[in-house]
Amino acid sequence: MEKQATRDAYGKALVELGHRYQDVVVLDADLSKSTKTAEFAQTFPRRFINAGIAEQNMMGMAAGLAASGKIAFASSFAIFAAGRAFEIVRNSLAYANLSVKICATHAGLTVGEDGGSHQSVEDIAIMRCIPNMTVVVPADGTTTRKAVEAVYHRPGPVYLRLGRPAVPVLYDDSMDFQIGKGVELRQGRDATLIGCGIMVAKCLEAADRLQAEGIQVSVVDMHTVKPLDRELIELKARETGAILTVEEHSILGGLGGAVCEAVCELFPVPVVRMGINDLFGQSGTPDELLEYYGLSVAGIVANTHRLLSKK
Amino acid sequence: MREITESTIQAVEAKARSMRRHIISMLGAAGSGHSGGSLSAADIVACLYFWEMNVDPLQPHMPGRDRFVLSKGHAAPVLYAALAEKGYFPIAELETLRKLGSPLQGHPDMRKLAGVEASSGSLGQGISWAVGMALAEKMDEASDYRIYALLGDGEIEEGLVWEALMAAAHYKLDNLTAFLDHNQLQIDGPISEVMSPEPVADKFRAFGWETLVIDGHDPGQIMQALEVARNTKGKPTAIIADTVKGKGCSFMENKAEWHGTAPNREQTSQALQELESPITKA
Repeated sequence: MEKQATRDAYGKALVELGHRYQDVVVLDADLSKSTKTAEFAQTFPRRFINAGIAEQNMMGMAAGLAASGKIAFASSFAIFAAGRAFEIVRNSLAYANLSVKICATHAGLTVGEDGGSHQSVEDIAIMRCIPNMTVVVPADGTTTRKAVEAVYHRPGPVYLRLGRPAVPVLYDDSMDFQIGKGVELRQGRDATLIGCGIMVAKCLEAADRLQAEGIQVSVVDMHTVKPLDRELIELKARETGAILTVEEHSILGGLGGAVCEAVCELFPVPVVRMGINDLFGQSGTPDELLEYYGLSVAGIVANTHRLLSKK
Repeated sequence: MREITESTIQAVEAKARSMRRHIISMLGAAGSGHSGGSLSAADIVACLYFWEMNVDPLQPHMPGRDRFVLSKGHAAPVLYAALAEKGYFPIAELETLRKLGSPLQGHPDMRKLAGVEASSGSLGQGISWAVGMALAEKMDEASDYRIYALLGDGEIEEGLVWEALMAAAHYKLDNLTAFLDHNQLQIDGPISEVMSPEPVADKFRAFGWETLVIDGHDPGQIMQALEVARNTKGKPTAIIADTVKGKGCSFMENKAEWHGTAPNREQTSQALQELESPITKA
């Protein structure tokens, strides 16, 4: 299967966007080679601002650029974009409802060897509770490319969560990406696996294994965590009566939290949340870390069994 | 308008006096808000809106307008006073300051009030916006406007300010001018006792800014400094304006306790009485 890191897809999509729209400007904080904004910087040097190692000022400058009519894409690692710069994101970008697209790479455990200090496991939760903010977590390169175009056109601030490692390409170009609309990748009656980001591919793999055991699960790619596709969640709760959420993020406040909020209000059914169990990460390879923290295909299969026992 | 003559200076002085009266009235009506730092900045803001800047209240979003960012956003009353005097909204609306549903929020909100260029007030963020605005102006070859920011001297204790100052010099933003309202006081007391940012002029210079030190209550000096800023190429200009917190209101002057306090009814009328007669120069 073809693989591509979502940050690589982002870097390429930005250059395409820059060719199409003159009002696109890009900011980075000394990580352009890692976030992949470097190609935009080389292609459009006049529209690229390196803030240096100063994420707070990067966000503040992005606000000023957006207030002057630019559509600003601001990139850093998730830990700094959502963490270090939080209050500037909250007050300068979201409170003023400015068109700044925070494209945060190296989210989650799969930062890998750099360790827990650099592994953002709280960013979805932090960004999700800010008014005006849209939160998108693409599963693959195709979705990322389409999301970059979509967030350009969406007024207001957006948090686009991207990853470091190469992940399977799940979609071809015909994919219909709409902010706020989850994608049902597989239909099954026994339970629904709702994933986001790099965990969607693992949900599909788990669905195959479960099918071999005679368990039919639906798989939903919930690429937009906010605004959440509550209609689809209610529909799947009614159809399958059990929901497993899977994310490379804390089980507190992220996709799992958002789905629980919707399910308990709309149509309560048993939910199991898979994610990082209120812990910090540590050094290791991305695959080792996902395995260690239980975010593996085997983990999804086991948790689906646990979920089904609650029905 | 941009000549420095006795009559343009007097015109700005008259506007500053009106603005100070508005500040006292609106804070008195609101019952809360920041008196001292609004009054200390009145002459600077009056020079900007009534002498320096190309703005049009009838076209608040005119693309080529100059931009003013009140980085010390708690001094919102001085901005509202200038906008009302300039004709952005009726003067009577100043009485709605800080009331539910008012466009005159406790700190400036660009989404609620036309003429406000930045939703500022979380300290340090406004100067960062101003740097972004100056970058945007530089990117567009056809554009020709200037960006002004006003910082508090307590505000510059925020680390973000220095990130922004560094970036402004790095990108040679000679279209950006920042005033420092150097009134020496912050909420908890003198800045020199709470967390001294001194020597401020040396710090701005070390960060690559053309730096001037002036009397922030002398419109002639403010205008001359703005002329220097306009003619400075290749770097931004900082105007360190020595000011008096609470200026123009005898019982507020140089008192830290008037940072975040509004005058009561008696204090309001006393202050308005003092501001009825022209301010005499020391």
